[in-house]
Amino acid sequence: MPNMSLKKNPMPVQDPIERGRNFKEVALGYDEATALDEAARCLNCKNMPCVSGCPVNVHIPAFIAKVRELDFEGAYQVINKSSSLPAVCGRVCPQETQCESKCVRGIKGEAVGIGRLERFVADWHNSHCTEAPQIPEQNGHKVAIVGSGPSGLTCAGDLAKLGYKVTVFEALHLAGGVLVYGIPEFRLPKSIVQKEVDTLKALGVDVETNVVIGKTLTVDELFEMGYEAVFIGSGAGLPRFIGIPGESLKGVYSANEFLTRSNLMKAYQSDSTTPIMHAKKVAVVGGGNVAMDAARTALRMGAEKVYIVYRRSLEELPARKEEVEHAMEEGIEFKLLNNPKKIIGFENPDDRRDPRNGFVTGMECIRMELGEPDASGRRSPVEVPGSEFVLDVDCVIIAIGTSPNPLIKSTTEGLDVNRKGGIVVEEATGLTSREGVYAGGDAVTGAATVILAMGAGKTAAKAIDEYLSDK
Amino acid sequence: MYKIISKRELNPTVTMMDIEAPLVARKAQPGQFIILRVDENGERIPLTVAGCDKEKGTVKIIFQIVGASTELLNHKNEGDSIQDFVGPLGKATHTEGLKKVAIVGGGVGCAIALPVAQKLHELGCEVHSIIGFRNKDLLILEDEFKAASDKLIIMTDDGSYGEKGVVTEPLKRLIEGGEQYDEVIAIGPLIMMKFVTLTTKPFGIKTIVSMNPIMIDGTGMCGGCRLTVGGKTKFACVDGPEFDGFEVDFDEAMSRGMMYRTFEQEQREHVCNLFKKEVQ
Repeated sequence: MPNMSLKKNPMPVQDPIERGRNFKEVALGYDEATALDEAARCLNCKNMPCVSGCPVNVHIPAFIAKVRELDFEGAYQVINKSSSLPAVCGRVCPQETQCESKCVRGIKGEAVGIGRLERFVADWHNSHCTEAPQIPEQNGHKVAIVGSGPSGLTCAGDLAKLGYKVTVFEALHLAGGVLVYGIPEFRLPKSIVQKEVDTLKALGVDVETNVVIGKTLTVDELFEMGYEAVFIGSGAGLPRFIGIPGESLKGVYSANEFLTRSNLMKAYQSDSTTPIMHAKKVAVVGGGNVAMDAARTALRMGAEKVYIVYRRSLEELPARKEEVEHAMEEGIEFKLLNNPKKIIGFENPDDRRDPRNGFVTGMECIRMELGEPDASGRRSPVEVPGSEFVLDVDCVIIAIGTSPNPLIKSTTEGLDVNRKGGIVVEEATGLTSREGVYAGGDAVTGAATVILAMGAGKTAAKAIDEYLSDK
Repeated sequence: MYKIISKRELNPTVTMMDIEAPLVARKAQPGQFIILRVDENGERIPLTVAGCDKEKGTVKIIFQIVGASTELLNHKNEGDSIQDFVGPLGKATHTEGLKKVAIVGGGVGCAIALPVAQKLHELGCEVHSIIGFRNKDLLILEDEFKAASDKLIIMTDDGSYGEKGVVTEPLKRLIEGGEQYDEVIAIGPLIMMKFVTLTTKPFGIKTIVSMNPIMIDGTGMCGGCRLTVGGKTKFACVDGPEFDGFEVDFDEAMSRGMMYRTFEQEQREHVCNLFKKEVQ
């Protein structure tokens, strides 16, 4: 008999006040009994609407059925057929807008906790299975992957499983891309990413760190080296700034810089030698997942007050609902319908050498109200005249998105990019304007989600396999 | 890991190393930079390339011991290895079509100015070098500059070697004396580069400066190295590190460069104390 409870089993979490002072994972994961109870809510629908909502088409009812049978490793194998990074997806996918949004149980009540079950299965596998995967029979073809983020790792994993000799080139000193420099420890522990990377290595994938494609080697040189196809998953690029006065003051960070210092460069650890500002009052500008990550990181770095400043209302906030709720529980204050006008810095007119000069002391904002819907259908915010006020902060983190990295396009002839600088690809295959060159993830779409990047990596892997099989 | 093939102290605070990094050596051009990490928990340190040997596969770096990480690097010896070494990053110095150039180097910036002077010299360009140091003890690369320059002027703040004074004095003198430069290339402390641009601007001589802001990834991701150039936000790692000196907001760059000053001093003292304890 299915469990007909209308509510999904809640995810156990660390106490909100306690966790605001540590970097340990916020969500603790289901235990076995909870996982079984939740798995029993799945109706095992014949037409499987949930699968169509998954960018990598994980066979969801099948893995949940295995959970119900207590065959957790079997459940893992079902997920692993479609996804190379189950422990990551179970944590950071926006399931509520994907698989779970299609779940029949969601019509009357809450959807099955698919993401939570995926995480349970992946964690069970990681703590119970030490067996190295078998290296598949090699087919003799070499493929190069540029970037070791979610799209690159997925593409590498899928191709390695098909017998390709895959080399992943990573510009930074550590593999994982945004999973290690961007997403914080409390949401995605580094050890989990490392484990996923190690699994790929065990499949025979080579990971070359400290190689910047477009600089150290070009795409053309990769072909000269004998790679027959190249997948570009180089990720989002340079952070965007608002263009208001004061953005170059000391204490103004891009979210990329703040998170990179904290995550990749380990400033979140108390004995770290990485410089980072331990600000007391922080304003984060933006409303996406990156803004939530930056705000919650600033809190854990010791800030007494953290604001999210967003120009629209709660309804338009692009971040995942769960992240917003977590941030609110932790005491982060949402300054909605507010827009920054300028950042104010300390100035001692009598002493130009005053060490406090040039550090942030506040941010001037103006209140907004929602006007008529614009072309995108969203109601566009308009300023309320005369409503300016100064937010008392000593650090401002700008999290309003990125624009694509220029390095590869500027050194790869014949690689078409769109008006915004994103690489142009054929949607069904990920093929670029260059033969044998595929691309996916943020390098194509601009800043998006981990799972969409993984979906693109998967699409490209399939297309590369077809291309090289026909060759 | 990347092996240190040779190490030489140029003066008590400046060290030169050749690092084995064949992929980087194959591509590196004057004006570009690399990023290194000394050990597993190290900072990413950007250093401009001071030369490379494509056959041996080595890249030359010259660094001043200014903080904890450079202190740690200086404690490594020939035969030791460092954790990470990536590059070449940034754009190379534009050298095409130049017939006569003044190169102005200050302090450890001379290490970066030298390969530019050498390349221009090789291309047949007339090179006038003006290099400045605080005093005679800090002078580096004199012979190398002599070999790469048609004219070399050495300045020291205290007059202990060469002429007494700052680099802008002879630069102004040369220009006023009728030297017609296609370009002036200034590499050194921000304050020096600022005053070089103030010197050349009245004469309208194109002036290129090499910026070295605080940086993390160096590949166009973090945005920490942003500068205001011509009123626009530019990123030293992908748009530079060289920029038109007349367009750079030096005061802002100097202010941003001081962001972690206190933290860095504390860290360096901490590392120095650790080494002192080891010696005891």
